[in-house]
Amino acid sequence: MNYLVIAISAILVNNIVLMKFLGICPFLGVSKRISTAVGMTGAVAFVMVLATIVTYLVQNYVLNKFGLAYLQTIAFILIIAALVQLVEIILKKVSPPLYQALGIFLPLITTNCAILGVAILTIQKEFNLVEGVIYAVSNAIGFGLALILFAGIREHLDLQNVPKGLKGTPIALITAGILAMAFMGFSGLV
Amino acid sequence: MNQWKNFSKGFIKENPVFVLVLGMCPTLGVTSSAINGLGMGLATTFVLMMSNIAISLVKGVIPDKVRIPAFIVIIAAFVTVVQLLMQAFVPALYKSLGLFIPLIVVNCIVLGRAEAFASKNNPLSSALDGLGIGLGFSFALVLLGSIREVLGSGKIFNLTLYSENFVTLLFVLAPGAFIVLGYLIAIINRMKKN
Repeated sequence: MNYLVIAISAILVNNIVLMKFLGICPFLGVSKRISTAVGMTGAVAFVMVLATIVTYLVQNYVLNKFGLAYLQTIAFILIIAALVQLVEIILKKVSPPLYQALGIFLPLITTNCAILGVAILTIQKEFNLVEGVIYAVSNAIGFGLALILFAGIREHLDLQNVPKGLKGTPIALITAGILAMAFMGFSGLV
Repeated sequence: MNQWKNFSKGFIKENPVFVLVLGMCPTLGVTSSAINGLGMGLATTFVLMMSNIAISLVKGVIPDKVRIPAFIVIIAAFVTVVQLLMQAFVPALYKSLGLFIPLIVVNCIVLGRAEAFASKNNPLSSALDGLGIGLGFSFALVLLGSIREVLGSGKIFNLTLYSENFVTLLFVLAPGAFIVLGYLIAIINRMKKN
């Protein structure tokens, strides 16, 4: 039951993009086509879950044990950067088609604040490892949901006659605002 | 003259938020009030300036291939400094900014300036560049925060302007951030054209 609450809360009620404002850069940057949005979602989900597991273990079995909790930020960002490199190398060797699909998104992920944000939040919320993994998976789903919905809207937006000054980023932001408003409807669900 | 240019370009011409559209997560996330925006802006300015100086000092030593990880470690070190300082001296602000303080590490503005400017210029120019861009970022955050605070809670910097019965709560909530920033960028695009 507890797991279900974590999942619903992360996917809908406290959506990572629209309510917590994490991962806005890819949300605005790669949302012009649904296909790229799907690719980005895959890459983010993959790295987010891996990073959450590794950072959880490092925090609990290395940093806390040796009284180094203040090194959290440095340690986590290094782990994520190394992990992204590693995933890139492994994917290239093991699964070229998957690498083809996700490859170009991987370098962008190191500076995606959603990954670091979820890793830190998992520690802050004092989840255990299973809850942490569920939290990471749900946040990845939430990210994908917001990104793909938004990409779908933007594909249609391209065909509309938008006032000159609002073209590009402004109309995208306002659309995101309306999408966030829709997600506010989920508040109170859990 | 040239140094003045390094400093001043960050305000309007290369404003990181309104023109370059970088660092969106803290911009949207912490600007529910003007004071939060100011705090976040100044914290980022500090990190930006210090990391710019440090990176321009060591730029000759770092091999080209590992420069990005090296930059990230330098930035993360300064973020940790800010984090500990804020925790000690302004605990209330630290609490309300929350997660976004450690996330300065992944703010694309900081890494962007390191890569685009500090790794090619001397420490003085880099410091001024960092200060200018940082203040431009702060300016954007305070502007956005003030508008949202006035519309959403009838206050500015915690001074009450009008009764809470007339506020539009939406503006301090998540959707308000997107919508206000969208219109601000539209207005600035329009002004730039004239």
